[in-house]
Amino acid sequence: MLKIKNLHVSINGKQILRGLNLEVNRGEVHAIMGPNGTGKSTLANVIAGKPGYHIDKGEIIFKGKNILELPPEVRAQEGIFLGFQYPVEIPGVSMTNFMRTAVNEHRKYKGLDPMPAGEFLKLMKEKQQLVEIHAKLTNRSVNEGFSGGEKKKNEIFQMAMLEPELAILDETDSGLDIDALKIVANGVNKLKTKDNATIVITHYQRLLDYIVPDFVHILFDGKIVKSGGKELALILEEKGYEWIKDESPN
Amino acid sequence: METKYNDIIFKEKVVSLFEQNRAQIGANDTTRMSKERDVAFKQFKKVGFPNKKMEAWRNTNLKDVFAYNYNIQFSPADEKPELIEAFQCNIHNFDTQTITLYNGWYLSEDKHLITLPNGTIIGSLAQAIKEYPELVQKHYNKYTNIEENGLIALNTAFSQDGIFIYVPDNVKTYKTIQMVNILDKEDNLFIQNRNLIIVGKNAKLTILHCDDSYNYSRSFTNTVTEVFIDEGAEVDHYKLQNLNDNSTLINTTYFHQELQSKLTTNSITLNGGLIRNKINVVLNGEGGEANVFGVYLVDKEQHIDSQVFVDHAKANCNSDELFKGIIDDNATAVFNGHILVRKDSQHTNASQTNRNVQLTDKATVYTKPFLEIYADDVKCNHGATIGQLDEEALFYIKSRGIGDYDARLLLLYAFAAEVINKISIATLRESIDDLVKKRLRGELAICDQCVLQCKDQENTYEFKIDISKI
Ligand SMILES: Nc1ncnc2c1ncn2[C@@H]1O[C@H](COP(=O)(O)OP(=O)(O)O)[C@@H](O)[C@H]1O
Ligand SMILES: [Mg+2]
Repeated sequence: MLKIKNLHVSINGKQILRGLNLEVNRGEVHAIMGPNGTGKSTLANVIAGKPGYHIDKGEIIFKGKNILELPPEVRAQEGIFLGFQYPVEIPGVSMTNFMRTAVNEHRKYKGLDPMPAGEFLKLMKEKQQLVEIHAKLTNRSVNEGFSGGEKKKNEIFQMAMLEPELAILDETDSGLDIDALKIVANGVNKLKTKDNATIVITHYQRLLDYIVPDFVHILFDGKIVKSGGKELALILEEKGYEWIKDESPN
Repeated sequence: METKYNDIIFKEKVVSLFEQNRAQIGANDTTRMSKERDVAFKQFKKVGFPNKKMEAWRNTNLKDVFAYNYNIQFSPADEKPELIEAFQCNIHNFDTQTITLYNGWYLSEDKHLITLPNGTIIGSLAQAIKEYPELVQKHYNKYTNIEENGLIALNTAFSQDGIFIYVPDNVKTYKTIQMVNILDKEDNLFIQNRNLIIVGKNAKLTILHCDDSYNYSRSFTNTVTEVFIDEGAEVDHYKLQNLNDNSTLINTTYFHQELQSKLTTNSITLNGGLIRNKINVVLNGEGGEANVFGVYLVDKEQHIDSQVFVDHAKANCNSDELFKGIIDDNATAVFNGHILVRKDSQHTNASQTNRNVQLTDKATVYTKPFLEIYADDVKCNHGATIGQLDEEALFYIKSRGIGDYDARLLLLYAFAAEVINKISIATLRESIDDLVKKRLRGELAICDQCVLQCKDQENTYEFKIDISKI
């Protein structure tokens, strides 16, 4: 479903990704791990289409199409979802209206009529329960005044509403206590089907006890330097990132 | 054939017009008013029109306004427009009592002053001077300051008519009173209205003050409004401006508040060539509360200037100012806020905020918040920002599948909505909300009817994307 080939990306002339390759198929869960500042968020943002990055080389193929020229909204409508490391507060835009607009834009892209209000409210309720997010939050402005945990749950709530084919969750575990972590992980697991795929980006092995990946990749210095099964996360946990530095060729 | 006039030439013209028409201008004056008219005229003769050298006019230049010739009507036109009915506001479930100024003159089919069953008197100020000279004289010209600038003096010298509203003590007007200023004249008009609003002790009044153009003619309006709010009274005041791009409107309002009175005033500027809203509030009794809000949406070559002066003359008062603006194309926005807390005005709470979204490099914003505090036990804060749309927020919205145009609209609307949401009358809020959405989409024309009655009343306006409450 997703094929990234030899991706080189820079910001303001600074090289961040240097020849990254990754392939993700339907039904798979991939974990990307790596130390801070190594380019994990850059990768997630570039897939989602965030402006400001310069693609020096390489391509990103999603469902057979090179998506690098597509604006972020079209990538979203095509089925890509980014769970933000730092969800943005948008005062004055209510969660409900935001989601209703988003859901209907997705439907329009698929040639469907807007969802009737009643049906939409039902859907909201159902998905709120999935991430145990309080209904009150959805009446508030997007992320405004939400706690760190609420913001992360809200990302998963939005993912549940939009049912993406590829979800990229950027450090959805950071700042969560163990209960919230379980709720978030549980939400992600319930949303998993044989037709969609998930990339979880994380700094710690902890999340992977709850979202069990099929593949673990270690991103270091702008490249994937090691890939393996879920046991790779455990080795990494035990040996630390220093181990990667020693192993990595440069 | 347009002759070039500068402010000096125009001043001379106005001065000689005053002298020629002096008898007619002050025909109904009481002795005191007549004297004050002459004093004001002298003051104008001395200072002339405001110019860029004056601190308060540094960023609003009237030079281009005086490049055109203007005419003054010293008596109402004979022909009555047929649109009086059309301007009756018919927002669904919004019952208003409409009073209209047509090219600066009170417009009525019969009486120029009416008394509602609850004793509220509304109508023409010229008529009120004839019928209730004592009442008018008690307040007229008491809250203005002709030394503030030449235009205030000029208005005091020239004004012949305007709106008069009197709400007796303890009366709560159940209907919103809608004051509509309609400009409809082929030749360039210079209009100087004077409005007087008196709200008695523990009374309540809601006013909607609309400035509308009926066509695209050039005009220059210099309005002065005095509002007296007696002890325990409450005034809700909305100013809605939708004028054509050739119009100049200098709108000066003086609110004078007594003990424990409450004022909320909200200026909503949707369109206009050059608009200056000067709002003066004097909190002259303890326990007073003044909320001064505004939102302005300007584009093309438009110019909006918001000037707010809040005088905490007595202790234990609260004031809250919030002005937000969206400035597009080559437009300019000016904000000058001034809060004065006098020496004995302890326990003052004052807040002042101005936020601007500048959509292009060519748009200009001047904002200057200013606190002048002489008391020591006070809580005051102010803030001013000029920014672009938040790029992070834009990407966040787009990443959920919402396109660029709609994402921007959503953010702009959310920005303006903070002020719109402060409108306490739900029906009015919804109508204004619709107008703002239309304006942001570039679909708001200068209505050929009252601004609140935009063509299809049946369908409230909706974004292509639906951001209405569900
Ligand atoms: N806007 C930017 N301008 C310059 N450098 C940036 C910018 N954003 C991120 N970087 C740099 O890019 C590198 C990768 O950042 P990021 O992708 O956020 O890493 P990670 O998510 O792995 O912690 C870091 O060195 C960071 O400092
Ligand atoms: Mg990161």
